[in-house]
Amino acid sequence: MLELSIKELVKKYPFVIEFFEQNRLDIKGFEEKSFEEFLSCLDEDELEDKAIDIRGLKNELLSYIEQMKEFLGISDGQVNSLTILSGKYKDGKAEPFEKLEIRKSEIISIVGPTGSGKSRLLADIEWAAQGDTPTGRTILINNKPADPKWRYSPNNKLVAQLSQNMNFVMDVSAGEFIKLHAQSRMISDPEKISQEILQAANKLAGESFSSDTPITGLSGGQSRALMIADTAILSASPIVLIDEIENAGIDRKKALKLLVSKDKIVLMATHDPLLALMADKRIVIKNGGIHKIITTTKEEKELCIKLEKVDSVMQRARQSLRMGNALNDEVFFE
Amino acid sequence: MNLIIVSGPPSSGKTSIILKAIKAFKNQGRSVGVVKFDCLYTDDDKLYEQSGVPVKKGLSGALCPDHFFASNIEDVVKWGEKNNLDLLITESAGLCNRCSPYLADVKGICVIDNLSGINTPKKIGPMLKSADIVVITKGDIVSQAEREVFSARVSAVNPKAMVLHVNGLSGQGAYELSQLLYDENQNITSVQGMKLRFPMPSAMCSYCLGETRIGESYQLGNTKKMDWGD
Repeated sequence: MLELSIKELVKKYPFVIEFFEQNRLDIKGFEEKSFEEFLSCLDEDELEDKAIDIRGLKNELLSYIEQMKEFLGISDGQVNSLTILSGKYKDGKAEPFEKLEIRKSEIISIVGPTGSGKSRLLADIEWAAQGDTPTGRTILINNKPADPKWRYSPNNKLVAQLSQNMNFVMDVSAGEFIKLHAQSRMISDPEKISQEILQAANKLAGESFSSDTPITGLSGGQSRALMIADTAILSASPIVLIDEIENAGIDRKKALKLLVSKDKIVLMATHDPLLALMADKRIVIKNGGIHKIITTTKEEKELCIKLEKVDSVMQRARQSLRMGNALNDEVFFE
Repeated sequence: MNLIIVSGPPSSGKTSIILKAIKAFKNQGRSVGVVKFDCLYTDDDKLYEQSGVPVKKGLSGALCPDHFFASNIEDVVKWGEKNNLDLLITESAGLCNRCSPYLADVKGICVIDNLSGINTPKKIGPMLKSADIVVITKGDIVSQAEREVFSARVSAVNPKAMVLHVNGLSGQGAYELSQLLYDENQNITSVQGMKLRFPMPSAMCSYCLGETRIGESYQLGNTKKMDWGD
């Protein structure tokens, strides 16, 4: 592979540009030469100055190409199911279930007080535990022990996370932001996917924003909407873990629908009855263990519809306040 | 004894993740000690003490902290041996982003955080590039997309490293890190004769020797001028 000229290499594997860029290797003028020839042309003082060690670079480039090939070869929706085989509570007692299988497009909520073991459960899934974590749980992917790549490779992480505390820290516009993400995933048409994500985000957010809006200037609701739309459409991870989604400024039902429509497995830690009851099942965590698995009943689903009505009263009151109106009984409880 | 060299920019979360990993590691029934390197001040040693971890601190003061590390690591290892440690961890901040304290035959871990910005992997050089394990922290406060862009860039700079996301507050991922620390087959009793993975910058100019005056005539030794393109 390395006997190719840099030009041919870039043509065959466009992502190597990123390798040159991040390693501060200026290949301009060396396109006709091979990578090794390029390295041998570099000036020793300049290398020292830039703190570049060329001895390892050849193998690193090969590793990078292999890694990216594998990464790009993963087709969407390859994870069809996630299975949790039971382990033990903090005190060593066995968890009272045998296994829990979650299929793609399913929503599972997780309930339990702070410190009960929600983080540990998530970590077990993220690490694809094989009975080798403190809980002794085993995670199966598509009913088989998980591929080690989920553990160690930087680009193949099983779990994408969304939480209340997350913020944007980059100083770019929404459009540029999505394009950066798309480039890191080697998407061929970043422009198109950027449009798709912005559209989806605007459907979730109460107030719309454009691709020119700086991401750090988005409101809480808009940020959340963009994060969810981006994770649904562009994240490589097949499982999404949500740590509460706040009520204000975002349509949570649509948000969950969007994630599910992209074949994600959704796990959601929440104590909001509306969200918890939207899930197909809920996991109750206690003393570090999975204490119960409750399938949402028909009665609960019906109750959920009533709760939604209560919720929409609050939403309308909020909206009315925002518009500068005076509030009165009749408007909300007719 | 096992030796691990942990390095990373200031405030990236090194101490937090080491503490969390040690807590999980101790369940294996092995003893751990830490030597903390810093420049002017640190009270991280108290945090280790509170967790019952034997600790020593070294402040480089007026010297380059990484050079200070290199001249003291042999004694650090002796201290670990004297205390019959199974695992000795050194922690040091890469202050100028140019040095890296890793030794060729010793496991090196780089800790960097998502908050430091997506150009950081490109900026910090050998400290990240020559690490065996890269731990990325503070993932709980930035968006999923930024996390993915950040780790993609880490892997472009160091495609061979194992990359782990660890949360220094909740400890998520720390158990997993603890599983990667100890190697049955490693037994280090001395680091004499070992080599740094990457040479430190060569500098020896009048300012290294205490010169404070500015001006061409006071600049002696290894000095360098910016390229103004004219």
